[in-house]
Amino acid sequence: MLIELRHISKTYRVGEIDIPALRDVTISIERGGFLAIMGASGSGKSTLLNVLGCLDRPTGGEYRLDGEEVGRLSSDALARVRNRKMGFVFQNFNLLTRTSALENVELPLYYGIPCTREERRRKALALLDRVGLSDRIDHHPSQLSGGQQQRVAIARALVNDPPLILADEPTGNLDSRAGADIMRIFKELNDEGITLIMVTHEPDIAACAKRTIHMRDGEVT
Amino acid sequence: MNAVVTVRIAMRALQRNKGRSLLTALGIIIGIAAVIAVVGVGQGASVSMKDQISTMGSNLVMVFPGSQRTGGFRGGSGTQQTLTAEDGDAILKDCPYVAAMSPIVRTGAQIVYRENDWATSIQGIGTGYLPVRSWDLASGEPFTENDMHTGVRVCILGQTVVDQLFADDDPVGKMVRIRNMSFRVIGVLTRKGSAAFGQDQDDTILVPWTTTRRVLQNSPFNNVNQLLIGLTSMDTLAQAREDIAGILRQRHRLAPGAEDDFTVIDMTEITQTITKVSSLMTVLLAVIASISLVVGGIGIMNIMLVSVTERTREIGLRMAVGARRRDILLQFLVEAVALAGAGGILGIVLGIGAALTVAQVNHWPVLISPGSVLLALSFSAGVGVFFGFYPAWRAARLSPIESLRHE
Repeated sequence: MLIELRHISKTYRVGEIDIPALRDVTISIERGGFLAIMGASGSGKSTLLNVLGCLDRPTGGEYRLDGEEVGRLSSDALARVRNRKMGFVFQNFNLLTRTSALENVELPLYYGIPCTREERRRKALALLDRVGLSDRIDHHPSQLSGGQQQRVAIARALVNDPPLILADEPTGNLDSRAGADIMRIFKELNDEGITLIMVTHEPDIAACAKRTIHMRDGEVT
Repeated sequence: MNAVVTVRIAMRALQRNKGRSLLTALGIIIGIAAVIAVVGVGQGASVSMKDQISTMGSNLVMVFPGSQRTGGFRGGSGTQQTLTAEDGDAILKDCPYVAAMSPIVRTGAQIVYRENDWATSIQGIGTGYLPVRSWDLASGEPFTENDMHTGVRVCILGQTVVDQLFADDDPVGKMVRIRNMSFRVIGVLTRKGSAAFGQDQDDTILVPWTTTRRVLQNSPFNNVNQLLIGLTSMDTLAQAREDIAGILRQRHRLAPGAEDDFTVIDMTEITQTITKVSSLMTVLLAVIASISLVVGGIGIMNIMLVSVTERTREIGLRMAVGARRRDILLQFLVEAVALAGAGGILGIVLGIGAALTVAQVNHWPVLISPGSVLLALSFSAGVGVFFGFYPAWRAARLSPIESLRHE
């Protein structure tokens, strides 16, 4: 298993009141899995993704990622896990403005294992080629369409060769054709053995996944 | 993440916002430029003043006649006529610390050579004058001891006078007219340049003091405007001053407790005054510099805080892809230091340029010391660290989840 969540809970404290965002979530995801998480807003699906993405620590339960307990790691150690083990794809792309596609893809390499400028460039070029943007490497995000920007984001997520990709509404800001392109790339990546976890509220996007879970009031139903 | 990469990331961030980076650094640029320029001009002025004081001759002591008291009123310095050349001779003879002495009698006159004329100052001097002022002749001969007794009409010209009266002729041996009397030029002084307070020292004519008194001023008395005294060494200055005062009081028959009828001035007083003025200027400059640097630093802090807010999403993203808190802290700190440092460098360049322009236009001496440049640079970098830390710390403290959601 790549991911094992056991009795994960997450409670936010607002003033005197505890607000449970996740209650007793237990799921496992095998290597090469493709999981879609669905649910209404406020159902806890984003919180779950944040915990899975090591951006947030659960208040209770165990989270084993790739055999390592990561639920209680320090923030520096979590940063390292995020850098080495996973890539993120966001709804709003989150590319650096006024920065070329190539440099955007190179970004995670600056925080990872030290490598030379040539290595960075070579890796980033290979990935941009893979998402079909080898003719757009010097374009800034504002010069790219939404679909192209999301493909740059996918290349960025892949640049450290992570076993896991986390996507938060990856097609939410795209038209259906661009969305279909993104899903085709996801499927290819999944076929190569990369594990994908995707939050969406569109059933036809979720249909691309091998497995779908639904969330409601912080619980998996 | 190593230092080179951190610096590169920070530099890229600044490049993305060139216009704003420049405006942000402007406070530092102007502050540093002002300091460098003013310090350059100030140091240049102080050094050239000291140089010029040393051109007056070293080991100098000057004695001036005192003021005259008539009833309840005191005249200005030199109104008393009591200081004589004989006083000077006595000092030279009786004070072991005195190496040379020259009385000085000052007057002014129009000097004519053929069709040229020129108004200048005339200094009646003794044979000790040139050695005491360590002033050499460019050509010709100095006055002899004999010239001091015979009232002979000879003169030595300063370079400015030569320039004004003699085109290409060699002045030595020529006759010039002073107050309608013919004087033979027996020598020409070397160029001395301007004195500490700007007078042209070369705009002068030297004449034996007796000739000045008897012939030009038509006076039978031996009182003089000044005694110029050269000491054997500055180490014995205090004793020499005491001896000189003692000799003069005795010769002038001043009762114990009576006021001196003369004034003794030595060069250390003038040097001390200049040092005092220039150190006061340095303190003032330091205050202005610190104020401008603090203002510049606050400008940098302000923009860095805005930048952190604006780039919250970028910070969140960097954290999501693996940046640790200290990577973010360092990135923003390096940005602030780079802004301040680059501002400092630009300011230094601008300041040196301004100082050189001032030097060119006003013919002021300018001295840019490497020390002040280095100090300015390290100060501006320090300002960057100090004022950049708070915004950087704010950036590093952000939560990645909230930052990514920030609109």
